Amino acid sequence: MKYMLLIYSNPESWAGLSAEQREALGRSHEELSRELTEQGLLVSSAGLADPITTRTVSVRDDVPTTTDGPYAEAKEHLAGFYLVECENIDQAIDYAARMPDAKYVAVEVRPVMDSSGLEM
Amino acid sequence: MSGFELLLREETPQVLSALVRHYGHFDLAEEAVQEALLAAAQQWPEEGVPDNPRGWLIRVGSRRLTDLLRSESARRKREENAASLAAPEEFFAAGPEIDDPGGQDDTLTLLFLCCHPALSAASQIALTLRAVGGLTTAQIAAAFLVPESTMAQRISRAKRSIKQAGSSFEMPPEAERDARMGAVLHVLYLIFNEGYTASSGTDLHSAELTTEAIRLVRGVRRLLPDDGEVAGLLALMLLTDARRPARTDADGGLVPLAEQDRSRWNKAAIEEGEALVTDALSRTQLGPYQVQAAIAAVHATAERAEDTDWPQIVALYQVLEQISDNPMVRLNHAVAVSMATGPKEALELLEPLDSDHRMTDHHRLEAVRAHLLEMSGDLDGARESYLLAARRTTSIPERNYLRSKADRLGPS
Repeated sequence: MKYMLLIYSNPESWAGLSAEQREALGRSHEELSRELTEQGLLVSSAGLADPITTRTVSVRDDVPTTTDGPYAEAKEHLAGFYLVECENIDQAIDYAARMPDAKYVAVEVRPVMDSSGLEM
Repeated sequence: MSGFELLLREETPQVLSALVRHYGHFDLAEEAVQEALLAAAQQWPEEGVPDNPRGWLIRVGSRRLTDLLRSESARRKREENAASLAAPEEFFAAGPEIDDPGGQDDTLTLLFLCCHPALSAASQIALTLRAVGGLTTAQIAAAFLVPESTMAQRISRAKRSIKQAGSSFEMPPEAERDARMGAVLHVLYLIFNEGYTASSGTDLHSAELTTEAIRLVRGVRRLLPDDGEVAGLLALMLLTDARRPARTDADGGLVPLAEQDRSRWNKAAIEEGEALVTDALSRTQLGPYQVQAAIAAVHATAERAEDTDWPQIVALYQVLEQISDNPMVRLNHAVAVSMATGPKEALELLEPLDSDHRMTDHHRLEAVRAHLLEMSGDLDGARESYLLAARRTTSIPERNYLRSKADRLGPS
């Protein structure tokens, strides 16, 4: 089963971190990435640029419009993701819990849909 | 798969066993065999298949393995910086010319190693497909929709774990044999399932896994012709796979069993599966794969859906529930009861499953409930359950099917 681990952040929580905490956060992600890669569980991962750089695109009546900033009007924004292969959701939750971001804001665990299925 | 590729796959476990028997070092030997297979795939089409393909592969593989062992020992020497450590000459003593062990078939030993309990199911599957099945890392990665580098890591990690567990290339002790055999059959079953559930058209790579799983189980059966569960698993795969041409429509949508065009079922596979399970049931110890195969045979031999012998299927599920404690069995049992007796009795069977933690959030429980409610005439309840099941599944074709069932019951 593939799971998407979505890392949420907000500007205050990030600004509130000390230099050591920021460094520790980077190290934790490096370690986790290395471990997931070595185990052959990491499908993909990336950190996302600050929401100040986000453009949101919508098309109405075939006319595209672009606005600055994220779609969701929340304090929290998506800061990065991991796409991992896990035996079950509990294993995915364990990895999410190891991310320091879970301590500061939250990490969402979402099963990924696939094109296989069983006749009923 | 070309005949040529099949030949290479058939030879893979034999060549690997010969190398491991001679040199040890399962991890490096497995690497060397892959390189020999690659060399064959490049050279044979031009130069023709050699008279003794296995001998050729063993020769090329052991040459490659010798190189790998040399560079490994050189690396280790550098790392340890200890000139006193002698090179493990015994690795090379016999030279690259080793014999095919002949009549001895070590495929089972290999399977036990690849399905080692220290590995996760995903790793067991990947390693089995490569070391026993002879598939390339790229093929396995494509089937499981992950990058090749991810699959390569998974496989080398699996080999490291086996090494760390101190496992050797031997049959497991008698006391562990049954449990280990169970793990091997389960891995082969998972490989089959991975291929079978892939809807045709969208993912042809995965569909090939069913063929591969059947080929591997046939190999095990040749070695253990009196094992009823091996026969049962092979029968179950054949009887299930027989439905493949009819289980999806032109758009890749799922067609439920009752609505499948049975003239498209693979009759040869059904005959073979039915004969296998009948024989196993009559002369070997009963096991869950045999019972599941027997159930599949009852379905497969009904000319029309309405001819299905549901009371017999109910009886078989009762047997299955006694030998395997699995909520999915109970769920399928309930479906059979609804067909044999009626939806009310079946809904009662679902009640204990609501509090079974193994079924929490499981879309199948909700899908079955929806079906039973629809049968009982509670269309609003059925629609609600179909929609909930559609939200819970992580399978796109299943979600589409469940939504269409809800839509057919009218707007909410």
